[in-house]
Amino acid sequence: MGMMRWIRRNLVVIAGLLTLAYMILPNIVVMVFSFNKPNGRFNYSWQRFSLDAWKDPCGVADMCESLSLSLQLAAWATVGALVLGTMIAFALVRYRFRARGAINSLIFLPMAMPEVVMAASLLTLFLNMGIELGFWTVLIAHIMFCLSFVVTAVKARVMSMDPRLEEAARDLYAGPVQTFLRVTLPIAAPGIAAGALLAFALSFDDFIITNFNAGSTVTFPMFVWGSAQRGTPVQINVIGTAMFVLAVLMVVAGQIITNRRKKTATA
Amino acid sequence: MSTSTLTKEEAPQPVKAPVPRKPSTRKRLVPYWLLLPGIIWLVVFFALPLVYQASTSIQTGSLEQGFQVTWHFQTYWDAFTEYWPQFVRSLLYAGTATLLCLLLGYPLAYLIAFKAGRWRNLLLVLVIAPFFTSFLIRTLAWKTILADDSVVVDVLNALHVLDVTSWLGWTEGERVLATPMAVVCGLTYNFLPFMILPLYTSLERIDGRLHEAAQDLYASPATTFRKVTFPLSMPGVVSGTLLTFIPASGDYVNAELLGSTDTKMVGNVIQSQFLRVLDYPTAAALSFILMAIVLVMVTVYIRKAGTEDLV
Repeated sequence: MGMMRWIRRNLVVIAGLLTLAYMILPNIVVMVFSFNKPNGRFNYSWQRFSLDAWKDPCGVADMCESLSLSLQLAAWATVGALVLGTMIAFALVRYRFRARGAINSLIFLPMAMPEVVMAASLLTLFLNMGIELGFWTVLIAHIMFCLSFVVTAVKARVMSMDPRLEEAARDLYAGPVQTFLRVTLPIAAPGIAAGALLAFALSFDDFIITNFNAGSTVTFPMFVWGSAQRGTPVQINVIGTAMFVLAVLMVVAGQIITNRRKKTATA
Repeated sequence: MSTSTLTKEEAPQPVKAPVPRKPSTRKRLVPYWLLLPGIIWLVVFFALPLVYQASTSIQTGSLEQGFQVTWHFQTYWDAFTEYWPQFVRSLLYAGTATLLCLLLGYPLAYLIAFKAGRWRNLLLVLVIAPFFTSFLIRTLAWKTILADDSVVVDVLNALHVLDVTSWLGWTEGERVLATPMAVVCGLTYNFLPFMILPLYTSLERIDGRLHEAAQDLYASPATTFRKVTFPLSMPGVVSGTLLTFIPASGDYVNAELLGSTDTKMVGNVIQSQFLRVLDYPTAAALSFILMAIVLVMVTVYIRKAGTEDLV
């Protein structure tokens, strides 16, 4: 009886934690199977413990090349989307002008369209223009679909900014450049950082749009996709685990830094 | 009043002469200069491709002889009559996955927003962190989890769950992999964060005092949820369901990795027509039909659910 009551009182907590378990389960499987010694080409069933893949993460042909290509792509796509997106976000929040509505929907639409539609239409453009598929077409595509997400993230932050802070800076004889660099940018930074993180993650992980527009270029998700048909090397799990651990460590480090800053700010 | 609206329509510049022209012409152009590069990018690489695709969809020809625009709208009809099962399946799978995401995601978003206390940041990290392991790797992990001799399938078999789901046509016999259930499970899993984050954002904005007020007025927890919390979280519900349903309807990764030939979605067809069969007109027509269906459904849904602060 008491047990049932306890369950009922904590129903939300239990259901929430079960969902979390559902979300984390594949990551645990990926981690565990990075220590597997598979029998045959596929790494889907547990055979026996081994550290081989961790000792030689780049031991698979072409995998680390595709990984480094994906990292470069993500880095450039982030820079491109960040520059273009931040400019748009500031224009939209700070200025009143004609065509705001149209521009807002132009930015919303890429997020509201199935990826496969965008991927296919971009491919028809490149085919019609006779542009060779490869690194550049993928980069163009990635900047395009990351742009909207950056605009949304930066916009949310800039909207909650008090414009009087910039007025105050101007009253104190700061020039426009100085005001932007010393007041506007630091306040907008969390939004810009969120946009950057999102763009990097989206670009690094994108498969559908990349698959259509990459030609013979192979990014990391495309390598994983191909290996799902040919046979999955354990090294894929090593990379997946390393990325997961790295991400968690980065977030924890960021948390510690902001906590410290808060403490020094209040002290 | 009427004159001012007239002048606004006719000339962008104020007509009243005595007002000295501010040195702000340059300043007025600032937003346009800020917008220009990004908007050009979106027009050239997002809007223009859609025009090209529209033109491709009404072309006829072959890869060897080249394609010509012949206003052959028949392609649309042919594509739809041939592939309507895949369309229906896509909408069904995406709809089910969206509903499951809402049911599974709401408690977790609620937990993080109201009950997590100092664990809040950790839970948020755990929701976002899986993003950093490539989603393809994680989807492949489901092959292990749902394999025929896996613990999960054994338990479902022991509980006779699979008997029921097989009777419903969701699974086949004693297996889960390569059935609709596996595909929906993968879709639900892959798009859960897109449901949880907007839900969390809108739940977190709710003033906790409203809950206290509801309790003071003798509302039970269930009534408080039904009358206060849930309505106030509607913006999150709407954007979460959209962010889940739209990408899920066009997805072909889950159907390919976890499903079988009987679970092909429209994304699979578009993909193979474009990249393998190289029948560009049919592929373009299919992706336009998908876009039209999704846009109509989303518009109707937004009208019904009615929230303005979506974007």
